[in-house]
Amino acid sequence: MSIFVDENTKVIVQGLTGGQGRFHGLRNRDYGTKIVGGVTPGKGGTDVDGIPVFNSVKEAVEATGATASFVSVPPKFAAAAILEAAEGGITFIVCITEGIPAHDEAVTYNRLVEEFPGVRLLGPNCPGIISPGKCNIGITSGDIALAGGPVGIVSRSGTLTYQALHELSQQGIGQTTCVGIGGDPVPGTNFIDCLAAFEADPETKAVMMIGEIGGSEEERAAEWIKANMTKPVVSYIAGVTAPPGRKMGHAGAIISGSKGTAQAKMDALAEAGVHVCLNPTEAGEKMVEIVKGL
Amino acid sequence: MDLFEYQGKQYFSQFGIPVSPGGAADTVDEAVAVADKAGYPVVVKAQVKVGGRGKAGGIKLADNADEVRLHAGNILGMDIKGHIVHHLWIERSSDIKKEYYASFTLDRPNKTHLGMLSAEGGVEIEEVAARNPDAISMISIDPVRGLDLETARRWVVEANLDEVAREQAAVLLVQLYECYTKGDCDLAEINPLILTTEDKVHALDAKVTLDENASFRHPEWEAFRATETEDPREKMAKEKGLNYIGLDGTVGIIANGAGLAMSTLDVVNQVGGTAANFLDIGGGANADVMAAAMEVINSDPKVKAIFVNIFGGITRVDEVAKGVLEALSRVNISAPIVLRLDGTNAVEGRAILADHLNDRLITEPTMLDAARRAVGLANA
Repeated sequence: MSIFVDENTKVIVQGLTGGQGRFHGLRNRDYGTKIVGGVTPGKGGTDVDGIPVFNSVKEAVEATGATASFVSVPPKFAAAAILEAAEGGITFIVCITEGIPAHDEAVTYNRLVEEFPGVRLLGPNCPGIISPGKCNIGITSGDIALAGGPVGIVSRSGTLTYQALHELSQQGIGQTTCVGIGGDPVPGTNFIDCLAAFEADPETKAVMMIGEIGGSEEERAAEWIKANMTKPVVSYIAGVTAPPGRKMGHAGAIISGSKGTAQAKMDALAEAGVHVCLNPTEAGEKMVEIVKGL
Repeated sequence: MDLFEYQGKQYFSQFGIPVSPGGAADTVDEAVAVADKAGYPVVVKAQVKVGGRGKAGGIKLADNADEVRLHAGNILGMDIKGHIVHHLWIERSSDIKKEYYASFTLDRPNKTHLGMLSAEGGVEIEEVAARNPDAISMISIDPVRGLDLETARRWVVEANLDEVAREQAAVLLVQLYECYTKGDCDLAEINPLILTTEDKVHALDAKVTLDENASFRHPEWEAFRATETEDPREKMAKEKGLNYIGLDGTVGIIANGAGLAMSTLDVVNQVGGTAANFLDIGGGANADVMAAAMEVINSDPKVKAIFVNIFGGITRVDEVAKGVLEALSRVNISAPIVLRLDGTNAVEGRAILADHLNDRLITEPTMLDAARRAVGLANA
């Protein structure tokens, strides 16, 4: 099995007629994802390489029965697009948009929680989700993933998500699902959501968790793992050598005081029984060893 | 983007938050003119984006124009923890009865806003927080509902603010929250928030950090940007739309994505090298951006090898490869380049570079191999 999305998930792309939306939407379809429609206000009735475009999410959902949406629209419009998806009946929203104002994210997250409790948002500013061989929503290059499990991946960093997939696939270790949760200040889905889903998924036998400096999500995940996780977890935390007090790209990746440092996170995870590795390659090798011993 | 105190106060004023009458000055003559207008006695305050300026001698009281001249002359050009003072803020001196503390930031674990209020503000607020956390009243604010006056009125009581200050403080807190949200701040902090001997509440300091992601709806931020002083390498990078942080090592680093860039620094360090910088070309970078990144790295004389670590997702490796060639044709890149290319369109990207490889332009199959090669070249 996979978590959150599988071969039956029907997906629409908000922003399919834009450059990024088209490029990645079509790649997702080529991968085998059921991309059933696109949404661009004012372009309803047209199509993108045979995929019908609708004026609103509501129309697209009514016509196609889609339950998932891939939001690929500029930061200015992203919060409104996410809420439109929820209002239109979508229950799984993947938003890859980078650069959404933090206050928009905070309002959007809380409106989803309060008004649409059944909706899950992944991102923003994330690479998306791939259940290899079944469904790929977002910007991950499908050819670096390997179907068949038994490893689940959850990562806060986009490119390190690809690195993790690559390290495992190269060694012939497949993945059930790989989730990029993104590094923004207010992520819709966090480590614990994904760890819990992997723990509940019978086909996932081990989990790789990729974190980075800043915030306290990894520490919270460590607590959760200690209390609930029965499956082995391998982790890598990026930013051991990052100078303190500097913002390294992600709004999330800021160190303040000792809290949020890579070392503090690694200590918390090790304390929770997680196999803590020092670079992505080492994490891949450790996972190979674990999977071979299953 | 962090604002200077004077900019923060100007920002506060737009939301109705009371501050002392005063103005900014960049020269001694300007300082005197501002002081004359504000009315004596005045406080002459160094404008630096670092704490502890009072203890460093960067804040002085002046009773007349001569004293302003003396202090402004001393403070302008002063070095406070590595920050040179180029600007002053001169304001009418306040008679302080009490010092409070107020701030709003994002509460990331709870995904709400966090308001902090204390009746024990001032320079020792961090010690207060450590010694007696109960002296700081924290509230969690739902971003959808916001902060209303009724809640603020209960909050000032909870925080034990003096009775005479409460209503004014409650109104000010709502204004500060508006500034924080509508003004797109990551942080809006007043320390101290004072009660004067005339029983007036106002902001004696301002610490504001703006969320650069919201720049598109704040054209007025351009004025703040003009005063930003940066490392020349960082300034050049920003002009090209790159996320660059200068460091002290010898391996120049270019990666896509903050996580991979940080990881690249880690791996370079683990194999015995030191990074000259952090450089994230971002998602979806095209050949132009990549070429600009190479030029920025090339401007750093300490760089002995360049490690380009790309895992294409939204970024296409063929665009990166074109950018490398473009940079090589535009400028004379002084250090050898080691590339590791994977992900979206990696095959196309490697094909573009295939005919150009030599001992100055090298590809390696893995991140670790490339790190070892780059560090070896840098340390040679």
